[in-house]
Amino acid sequence: MKYYRSHVLVCVDPECLRKGAHEVLDSLQDELVAQGLIDEVQVLETSRLGGCSNGPEMMVYPEGVHYSGLTVDDIPYLVEEHFLKGRVVQKFIAPTISFADEELSAPKAKEVRVVLRNCGKIDPENIEDYIAEDGYMALAKVLTEMTPEQVIDEIIRSGLRGRGGAGFPAGKKWQLARMNPGDVKYLTCNADEGDPGAFMNRRVLEGDPHSVLEGMIIAAYVIGANHGYVYCRAEYPVAVRTLNIAIQQARAFGFLGENIFGSGFSFDIEVRKGAGAFVCGEETALIASIEGKRGEPRPRPPFPAVKGLWGKPTNNNNVETYANVPQIILKGADWFASMGTAKSKGTKTFAVAGDVKYTGLIEVPLGITIREVIYDVGGGIKDNKGFKAVQIGGPMGGCLPASALDLPIDYESLSSAGAMMGSGGLVVMDDETCMVDIARFFMDFTQDESCGKCTPCRVGTRRILEVLERICAGKGRDGDIETLEMLCQDIMATSLCGLGQGAPNPVVSTLKHFRDEYIAHIYEKRCPAKVCKALITYAILPDVCTGCMVCARNCPVEAIHGERRKVHTIDPDVCIRCGICMQVCNFNAVSVN
Amino acid sequence: MPTVKSLDDLKKIREEALEKRKAKTTEGRAQVTVAMGTCGIAAGARDTMKAILDTIEQDNLTGILVTQTGCMGMCEKEPIVQVVVGDQEKVIYGKVNPEVARRIVEEHIVKDQIVKENVIPA
Repeated sequence: MKYYRSHVLVCVDPECLRKGAHEVLDSLQDELVAQGLIDEVQVLETSRLGGCSNGPEMMVYPEGVHYSGLTVDDIPYLVEEHFLKGRVVQKFIAPTISFADEELSAPKAKEVRVVLRNCGKIDPENIEDYIAEDGYMALAKVLTEMTPEQVIDEIIRSGLRGRGGAGFPAGKKWQLARMNPGDVKYLTCNADEGDPGAFMNRRVLEGDPHSVLEGMIIAAYVIGANHGYVYCRAEYPVAVRTLNIAIQQARAFGFLGENIFGSGFSFDIEVRKGAGAFVCGEETALIASIEGKRGEPRPRPPFPAVKGLWGKPTNNNNVETYANVPQIILKGADWFASMGTAKSKGTKTFAVAGDVKYTGLIEVPLGITIREVIYDVGGGIKDNKGFKAVQIGGPMGGCLPASALDLPIDYESLSSAGAMMGSGGLVVMDDETCMVDIARFFMDFTQDESCGKCTPCRVGTRRILEVLERICAGKGRDGDIETLEMLCQDIMATSLCGLGQGAPNPVVSTLKHFRDEYIAHIYEKRCPAKVCKALITYAILPDVCTGCMVCARNCPVEAIHGERRKVHTIDPDVCIRCGICMQVCNFNAVSVN
Repeated sequence: MPTVKSLDDLKKIREEALEKRKAKTTEGRAQVTVAMGTCGIAAGARDTMKAILDTIEQDNLTGILVTQTGCMGMCEKEPIVQVVVGDQEKVIYGKVNPEVARRIVEEHIVKDQIVKENVIPA
């Protein structure tokens, strides 16, 4: 094998190319040839070295020196100094920027990384990096040693359930698609991650795309599909780009295409971009969207396993479900089943957001309690405030109170408590959160995202939102709670798809666990958390106010009156409840009621 | 790119990928440092370096890290090569022409036999 004493990795990301990386690369090659070093030093193209903000940049091994801000004119000097004489050129060394990954940190105690194991560790745009981590070994095993039935058996025994939220056993789903007759079958991957603030799937696609592709190829072999689609939202440009690079590389290596591993099985994958409609995460709407139709769900049955994409048997799973598959094949069903609870096996990724100390992506074994996730993994509530509620399962999930903190996170426990697993959104709320306002916020989202095909969802969510807005505006009426309960019940019972059936969940769960807040809003015209603007008034405490006039100067609507060194007053009719006076007062003389 | 047709193909690519990854790490079983000051280059250190690299390549040796350094302050002894094998004491060689360089790799690094004639005593 050719031996190089030094390897130079030059960044060829678009931004570096724009700044002249190509010219630097050419000049480096020329200069190495001129100095007679080309047999000793290997120049490689790479990506994502430092962030390109100070490109063109390069990394020199074995020293591990990072140079940046290079121009063509610098190259002869650099080559002579570093590559000929072995002297590191200090003036080109990239300033060390501590690059903090705010989305995904090092695993914390109680975390188990299965789906996220390669994220941040391997170069997602280099298939060899994935192969070095035993990538495509599971596919090789499946195609050369296992029958589809054996794979199904292994996946069923592992207990893997759909990670998109509904939790249908993945092996059973594959079995259905396999059993349904048809010479043409399709495979789809749901990468239409629409929950606000959730980015579990995006991170896997950006950081370890081949694990998803490998899982898909295995599933396609099992059900007998020759064509697959990844349906990814267009708002994820990096994920789409990484995925396309990964697909090209997998084709070049023969993991996609004709006669994979000489087994006679052929399969290829295409990426389809969605326009970001939330409802397209529902499988029948997703299928309609891939077909080029309007992204609207249709009644089931027939399920996609019977009549899916273009009327053919189709298997649809979520990104995270597929990403689990290669590991299960390699390490065995027993390994996977050793994590989790009796009915919910394995791990689950969550995007933790809200009033918790450490937000970001986590992966925990199922069966862990909500308390452990919030306090041990998440570091507890921010600013030492109290815990009020946690919303699990995205905008259609439910809000659980402190009494549910010791609930284990598994499909059944969450459903019976009125929340749901969902795809992995987890929003923590502190004691300064108004639960009526939260319900209004989520209803505003689902109402907006309702596709409008069925009446209960289209009109019903609108009516719920109107009632909630009225309550938050201080105009709640006797009977509003009953109206909400009736609306929720009817919408859940009669909506066509999961969006409508789940949309009332935030309202139902807050009505159940935080009913007193609704009562305070409607009957006492009071917002206990002091959030709803129409229900609060700002006032200045006469014995604390020093008459410094800071609040009066900062008030945007001139609602504060008073002379210097005299107690000020706020005119409630002019005040817009912006809270600026409270923020600027140095003496804590502004109170809110 | 060769198409992967069997488990063995895949295993081979995995080995190569692991090898490549190793090239990026700064770890090595043995470290060879060639003094590349102006004095060293004038005395023929480039040819010495080339001989070391050629030997490594021809003999298909792995785990050897070849780096450079500046003038070591003994210009009359150039070309100078320093060798560290594992956690053993470093050995500094002087007057290393390509022939000596080849012997250093084949005898010292591979067989753990120091090339006594050219050692500069510490």
